[in-house]
Amino acid sequence: MKQEANDRADKSAISRRELLKMGAVGGLGLFLGAGVMKGFDIVDNNKPAASMLTNANGIIPFYGRHQAGIVTPMQDFVCMGAFDLTVTDIAEVRKLFQDWTAASARLAKGEGVGEESNNALVPPVDTGETIGLQPMSTTITFGVGPSFFDDRFGLASKRPSKLVDIPAFKRDELVEEWSHGDIIVQVCANDQQVAFHALRNLARIARGKAVLRWLQQGFQRAGAADPKGATPRNLLGFKDGTNNPNVADEETAKQIVWAQAEDGAPWMDQGSYMVVRRIRMRIEVWDRTALGEQEATFGRYRDSGAPLGATGEFDPADYTKLDKNGKPVIPADSHMAIASMGGKVKIHRRGYSYSNGIDLKTGQLDAGLLFICFNRDPLQQFIPMQTKLAELDRLNEYIEHVGSGIYACLPGVKEGGYIGDTLL
Amino acid sequence: MLNPRISLTAPILGMALLVSACGNNASAPANQTTDAPATATAGQQAEQPQAANTTDSEQFQDAVKAYHQFVIAQTDQFVKDTQAFVDAIKANDMEKAKALYAPSRMYFERIEPIAESLGDFDPWIDAREGDVPANEWKGFHRLEKALWQDKSLDGMAPVADQLLQDVKMLRVKVEGVEIDAPMLVTGAVELLNEVSSSKVTGEEERYSHTDLYDFAANVEGAYEIFKVLQPTVEAKNKELAAEIDKRFKELDATLQPYRKDSGYVLYTDLKEDEVKKLSQAIDALAEPLSQIGTVVEG
Ligand code: HEM
Repeated sequence: MKQEANDRADKSAISRRELLKMGAVGGLGLFLGAGVMKGFDIVDNNKPAASMLTNANGIIPFYGRHQAGIVTPMQDFVCMGAFDLTVTDIAEVRKLFQDWTAASARLAKGEGVGEESNNALVPPVDTGETIGLQPMSTTITFGVGPSFFDDRFGLASKRPSKLVDIPAFKRDELVEEWSHGDIIVQVCANDQQVAFHALRNLARIARGKAVLRWLQQGFQRAGAADPKGATPRNLLGFKDGTNNPNVADEETAKQIVWAQAEDGAPWMDQGSYMVVRRIRMRIEVWDRTALGEQEATFGRYRDSGAPLGATGEFDPADYTKLDKNGKPVIPADSHMAIASMGGKVKIHRRGYSYSNGIDLKTGQLDAGLLFICFNRDPLQQFIPMQTKLAELDRLNEYIEHVGSGIYACLPGVKEGGYIGDTLL
Repeated sequence: MLNPRISLTAPILGMALLVSACGNNASAPANQTTDAPATATAGQQAEQPQAANTTDSEQFQDAVKAYHQFVIAQTDQFVKDTQAFVDAIKANDMEKAKALYAPSRMYFERIEPIAESLGDFDPWIDAREGDVPANEWKGFHRLEKALWQDKSLDGMAPVADQLLQDVKMLRVKVEGVEIDAPMLVTGAVELLNEVSSSKVTGEEERYSHTDLYDFAANVEGAYEIFKVLQPTVEAKNKELAAEIDKRFKELDATLQPYRKDSGYVLYTDLKEDEVKKLSQAIDALAEPLSQIGTVVEG
């Protein structure tokens, strides 16, 4: 199943690169971006709207070489929960992971978490709010944080050297309650209720074994709102994801995303390290910022998403180009200039916008980016990148990092196995 | 302060119940001999045909009988303690009344689902301000407000008399209450839901802040139900029985730091994360406890 998806992904990756080479970028540009973001079939069969619809409602298999929800196309919604374990016996953790696996495999197929007994004197097995609904491309992705390897379960020696504690960065305003967690569960789906349902039922299964530490829902524009599947925009109004590496290409994904046995923790082979940053946007401040400054902040045009000085969204950024005053057209402190890291360091971003009403103290909107990224080695990828961004990024004036977590996303599970079975 | 032993050393009660029961020496409830309702499950069978096997069993009937005795014993003690509380109110002895308030209520909190099944006792005895029209408000919480908020017992003598009368009436009614299977299996979870929705939030005792007494009493009441059903649950699902038993112990341990002088600290003394821990311990127990209805499956 997974292999098939990869094969198809390869095809789309090749088409994309070749089309770019052929210069067929203009009209197809948007379209290709969608190929990466939204569905592998799109480029192949040239029927974006139709194929996206089937894709959107469909099933992404839970079992596979890799966990789904990492390089699979982004869905419209995320519901992410961090759990803390309340048990200290590793056998109970194993049982929880087994129960979660069985439930997740069903949820991915759009089924309830278990068979109903119809005994009127016990609560229903599933909470019911998705009865009659489509699977909606639900993916459920599990990871474990550094605290999973403390002295409670005797797993300290298994902690991967890549699962480092994230260092404090300049300007961090982290809130403990929005950070860390023994376990992370990322549910993505093309329906918010379907996503919430999955997390809720997993939390219910965990009762007595693990408690929710934090929960954040996120969204992007719905697939149906943009049948062409253009690059989605974040809440600052800019296209976000344009220059994400093409992880549909297996080799690219191997380099950037997938942990390998030889990286030091064999049990993490084909897993990935996820970094989550809850980044609040100073929305009101941004809204009164002039267009020129907004564009200089990212180094891209707002409308087209093209790098400053270029015309197409997927045009390469020319950091050497100078304006008539001799200054770089793309400011050296722009988000893109810094984050591109000279083209040497890459991460796979898969974040969602969030909006939690208002800050009751100030009356300001409480909204931002639930930044989610995957990388093979945070020490070489995310951490140096964020160190530089925290220091220099012009965007810092408009954002504030308020939550943080790093998690070892477990390898994919074979049918009959359970998540984490290489570790527990 | 009163001697809290009055309530807490009653045969089956208080922390003693939880702690000792875990050590497996909580024996049968008070030596009360009462006529158990003869046909407790009659109505039940019609709706739940599969239930016949288990609920007809002698074991299950024994459970119902044992629980009924518990309810009666609790209500007996409830009458006695309410009498003392009411006497203090009428004697205008504020300090004594305050000391007696929370412990006397615990008897009611342990058997709340039964009291609720018997008509309007809950609103009469346990309504909070705003639960009922202002001119109908009476019972414990009216007196709580007088003691802690108004700091005056003016005009409270009739309220006290009425309370005692209602409590005595409850005692009469529990004698013949018909306890059936659904009442038992859902009653345990209902008690914990009471904790989740009002005790752990500090909403139950808004003037006295003695919420943890009610918290503990609700849990003890749920434990009593589980205890009488335990053999039946064990026979059907050993794992479930073991899990519930374990969670009761864990909850008991979570509550332990807040026990003080045979009573409990005030809700307002709890820190935010302590409230969260208590609340999560309730959820951890209530989830498996909600599955005990499986014992009445065929
Ligand atoms: C609220 C916070 C953030 C916002 C609004 C934001 C927005 C953007 C936008 C609009 C782009 C340009 C389009 C694109 O290539 O996707 C971009 C690029 C990028 N961002 Fe962010 N970003 C944020 C935080 C971060 C963080 C915390 C990191 C990593 C530590 C990061 C890493 C990157 C990278 C690697 C690129 C691509 C740069 C390139 O090679 O062209 N971003 N971001």
